[in-house]
Amino acid sequence: MFKSLAPPEYLATIDREKCIRCKRCIQNCGWGVYSWGGDKILIDTFKCVKCLRCYHYCPEEAIEIKDNPTKFKQNAYWSFNNIRNIKKQAETGGIPLTGMGSDMPYPILFDNLLIDACQVTNPSIDPVREPMELRTYLGKKPSNIKVEKTKDGKLKLSEPMPPQIKLDLPIIFSPMSYGSISLNAQKVLATAAKASGIVMNTGEGGLHEDLFPYKGNIIVQVASGRFGVNPEYLNAGVAVEIKIGQGAKPGIGGHLPGEKIPLEVARTRMIPVGTDAISPAPQHDIYSIEDLRQLIYAIKETTNYKPVSVKIAAVHNVAAIASGVVRAGADIVYIDGFRGGTGAAPSIIRDHLGIPIEHALAAVDDRLRQEGIRNEASIIAAGGIRSSADVAKAIALGADAVGIGTAALITMGCTTCGKCYTGNCSWGITTQRPELTARLDPEVYAERLTNLIRAWSHELKEILGALGINSIESLRGNRERLRGVGLDSFTLDILGVKPAGR
Amino acid sequence: MNHNYQKDISGCGLTGLISRKRRRISGSEIVKSLCLMTDRGNGLGAGYAAYGIYPEFKDFYAFHIMYDEPSVKRSVEEYLKANYHIEKIEEIPTRAVKAIPISPMLVRYFVSPLKEKLSGDQQETDFVVNTVMKVNSEIDGAYIFSSGKNMGAFKGVGNPSEIAEFFRIDEYEGYIWTAHTRFPTNTPGWWGGAHPFTLLDWSIVHNGEISSYGINKRYLEMYGYKLTLLTDTEVAAYLLDLLIRRHGLSIPVACLALASPFWKNIDQRDAGEKEVLTALRQTYGSALLNGPFSILFGHSNGLVGINDRIKLRPLVAAVKDDVTYMASEESAIRAICPQPEKVWAPRAGEPVIVNLED
Ligand code: SF4
Ligand code: SF4
Repeated sequence: MFKSLAPPEYLATIDREKCIRCKRCIQNCGWGVYSWGGDKILIDTFKCVKCLRCYHYCPEEAIEIKDNPTKFKQNAYWSFNNIRNIKKQAETGGIPLTGMGSDMPYPILFDNLLIDACQVTNPSIDPVREPMELRTYLGKKPSNIKVEKTKDGKLKLSEPMPPQIKLDLPIIFSPMSYGSISLNAQKVLATAAKASGIVMNTGEGGLHEDLFPYKGNIIVQVASGRFGVNPEYLNAGVAVEIKIGQGAKPGIGGHLPGEKIPLEVARTRMIPVGTDAISPAPQHDIYSIEDLRQLIYAIKETTNYKPVSVKIAAVHNVAAIASGVVRAGADIVYIDGFRGGTGAAPSIIRDHLGIPIEHALAAVDDRLRQEGIRNEASIIAAGGIRSSADVAKAIALGADAVGIGTAALITMGCTTCGKCYTGNCSWGITTQRPELTARLDPEVYAERLTNLIRAWSHELKEILGALGINSIESLRGNRERLRGVGLDSFTLDILGVKPAGR
Repeated sequence: MNHNYQKDISGCGLTGLISRKRRRISGSEIVKSLCLMTDRGNGLGAGYAAYGIYPEFKDFYAFHIMYDEPSVKRSVEEYLKANYHIEKIEEIPTRAVKAIPISPMLVRYFVSPLKEKLSGDQQETDFVVNTVMKVNSEIDGAYIFSSGKNMGAFKGVGNPSEIAEFFRIDEYEGYIWTAHTRFPTNTPGWWGGAHPFTLLDWSIVHNGEISSYGINKRYLEMYGYKLTLLTDTEVAAYLLDLLIRRHGLSIPVACLALASPFWKNIDQRDAGEKEVLTALRQTYGSALLNGPFSILFGHSNGLVGINDRIKLRPLVAAVKDDVTYMASEESAIRAICPQPEKVWAPRAGEPVIVNLED
């Protein structure tokens, strides 16, 4: 065994004078950085991922996690990660994995878009005094409706509407499977979804019976591994999602190692304990858009026509793909941008494949309008939504709602350390180790996540009020109320947004 | 879909009246009412629309067209001759007005589409709408500003009295009138930009700014409308055309889509109505007119006044005998009807719908 030549990224340090040897850090670190040396805490800093669990739980504030100041020689071309990955690959011959969304410094379009506000010619509206509506319905809408009058002069709908998913605000929780995250983390999502009047998505891991009470706030997912899928599962939620791709790893499948498959996960996924759960790259019964159509209708037949969502990764040709998906019968198109999170993906894929959600969303919304089928499906935009401002910008670009995953995990303690694939998450989120998952109290963290959603809903109302509109549908696709700063004319053209000053 | 447009913003005053008994009322009445609201305009645009003014040509579409120069007129007329039977062509009568030294050429045509030009089961009205869209978006320097039957719009750059004088409004008699004075806040100077805005026999005058313009525009574009004027008013007119003429919604139901009740009110209705109102909002969310506005829209059977959902622009209504009046200010009504039987301020989002008697 030779010592790795890839230097540690972080230096976990303990102030020996402050340390009272309570050993809480040993207990808290999921990655085994600390151990007991008989008279003091020993530190294996190579293992540290800077999740900051120990820092928060040290009662004496004795711990500091520093970025390793010893870097390779500064080089504007050969980044630290380039060199480090090469060294690691030379040592192992493997594919470096990563978790969360890409942290590469590609331009962030959301940060180059600014929202309008009212002055004089149109009054702004005070959300504290006036109603401000965020309610959103997901699902296919007819292009027009027919209304009759009954004998007693009341209005009546001639034909019923297609089924809709009601959201109290245009946010849903992105799919994260039981297996990739802990059951407690899923319970947090389910409880907060119910309390906030929105929905969560099971991801491809089946539906654990503990979540049955939340069925009215759950979308169940079917993906290439078909884990946990049976008619009861398909009918369990308010809608079914077919996952074709994921923004963080477009075009590749998933691999949940056997270590993350204890009994409960195995039962829910309907696979043997300890076997690797492999989701193939494509769904082996979907090799074309016609195949997708068959699966969509097979699911609709099974569920008495619940809405079907199709999740695709934002790739270069996303507009044409989305159009095909809508024509294949999807009621919702879920577009996941390249910044979208993941439990595990090869870094090379996560950091170099796909396109940002802003471009993809704008292109899809435009294309569906050009083809006159925008009403046929709702658009959910996801992949890097960080704040209510991102939500507002995505809605203005054309999304009906957004999906948030990482932001939800951050309320549970996640610090986006990106090491979810190890299964050691100290916060009990992306792990199945019982001693770690036990620390994620669903009740406590559901309240925090509900707080976040409430805070964002207040912020969204403030934004609408400043815009002088009192309903979210007047922001949806209203790119007139966005301006670009520092964007080239091509990009502005793709976004359908004017530059600031125009 | 061009997004790189500059939207037109303006404040304004409006007034309108309707005789339910189809009594034809002189244009001088509406002029008097409009001219009272001097501080609601800045002399950069005014206009009038009247119904029942062309009884002798009531079966023909009356195209009012403005031209920048004769060559454009020739090409438009060639197009009209190829597609329409033209009953009559005449210049729109005008008076010389000192304050209006220059004006576009103003010509009106009484026409009907040639049957053989209608494709398949195409409606006559669709054909006319296509003509209006085509001329207004494709032919530079020509603009059809009125295209209904037995009605007409008259508008231009000037203050209300000058425009009335210029178009000899006092010489017309109509059973519905709407009028508008304008306070544009950006580059003015184009006659077509004044109100009323019309399409077929819809005419719209509008006060306010539609903050949902961007999505209303994109929504209409999905249905083939070409928005050339970049005004809120144009959006309102096309939405009415889409919802009422093309989708077959009744006027009250269309009003419920354009200024829909709040969810908290919808949720309290009984099951049937709740279902209708919910479906309307789900389906027509992109047609919701959001932001401050009051609108009067005239059509061949009546006049409708409507406010935004929280009434951010004024609208007053009054009744005397067979006439209903609606205006931005009560004084504009009292200027021509000093003692109305009833005066009221319509509530936010609740339309005032007046129909002509048969
Ligand atoms: S708990 Fe997290 S931050 Fe602390 S040592 Fe372990 S990995 Fe590093
Ligand atoms: S979920 Fe856990 S492992 Fe993943 S990034 Fe967050 S803190 Fe790190």
